[in-house]
Amino acid sequence: MSNDNLIIGGKAYNSRLLVGTGKYKDFAETRAALDASGAEIVTVAIRRTNLGQNANEPNLLDAVPMSKFTYLPNTAGCYTADDAVRTLRLARELLDGHSLVKLEVLGDPQSLYPNVIETLAAAKTLVAEGFQVMVYTSDDPIVAKQLEDIGCVAIMPLASLIGSGMGILNPWNLQLIMDRVSVPVIVDAGVGTASDAAIAMELGCDGVLMNTAIACAQNPVLMASAMKKGVEAGREAYLSGRMPRKLYSASPSSPTAGIISSVRS
Amino acid sequence: MISVSINGTAKALAAPISVAELLQQMELTGKRIALERNGEIVPRSQFAQQTLADGDQLEIVGAVGGG
Repeated sequence: MSNDNLIIGGKAYNSRLLVGTGKYKDFAETRAALDASGAEIVTVAIRRTNLGQNANEPNLLDAVPMSKFTYLPNTAGCYTADDAVRTLRLARELLDGHSLVKLEVLGDPQSLYPNVIETLAAAKTLVAEGFQVMVYTSDDPIVAKQLEDIGCVAIMPLASLIGSGMGILNPWNLQLIMDRVSVPVIVDAGVGTASDAAIAMELGCDGVLMNTAIACAQNPVLMASAMKKGVEAGREAYLSGRMPRKLYSASPSSPTAGIISSVRS
Repeated sequence: MISVSINGTAKALAAPISVAELLQQMELTGKRIALERNGEIVPRSQFAQQTLADGDQLEIVGAVGGG
């Protein structure tokens, strides 16, 4: 499977699992989980510096060095296109001109459902400014296609609500998106356990992005390993081409000839 | 004295003061941060040249864990 790379914005990645860096107990656990997941692309948030902080306070950049991981700064918490664009301009400055970003513009704080109108507006501005935009969106295939047409480098529909762990609720819409879009489709949000990741990959998704499912497992490092395997298993199953489903027509796996005869009593 | 807003908190500063001097006061020199002044990015290369004005709104950010 060494040649089965995920290509985003012209760059090849070996891992199809993208992970977040939030909600971990500490940076040591973050790093251990990232290593177990095999992820190369990791999301980070951009937040106000804690003024007056201890100069020796541990820093995410020390635990998760940019030399080893591809940072994907996000716009989590932004509710307008303007805030999202400003956040990513700051991210680009912060990360030395790094242009690969995750755009998400939320609609309300209860559902964290994307506001696709603001998302489309922000995507237009960011693409025009040279960003490579991976975009979190609803599972609406028409919006997904519009985001691709704007120039986004990956479409990232939710499988269910952010942090819900509810799994793949609408595989049909994900399929409709994949039928229409030629850039990578990455399920972002909603995965709860390894089988969810495998299902996404079996559907033909190009990757899976998750945070809470790993960070909020009882054993995050073990779950990170499980997710790595789930994504790999699902990908290999997709590439293998599964057998057709045959409702009400069983077919034995063992030879039907040479069975010993029944003993008559 | 001038008053500027830094990450939403008002702060009085002795003028004139550059962005670089402010960061030094805040012990942020050399730290990986990005700075926005009145909605516009101030590139690191401009920190020494830009002088703060009364009423400036600054946002100073870093990368933290997130999904």
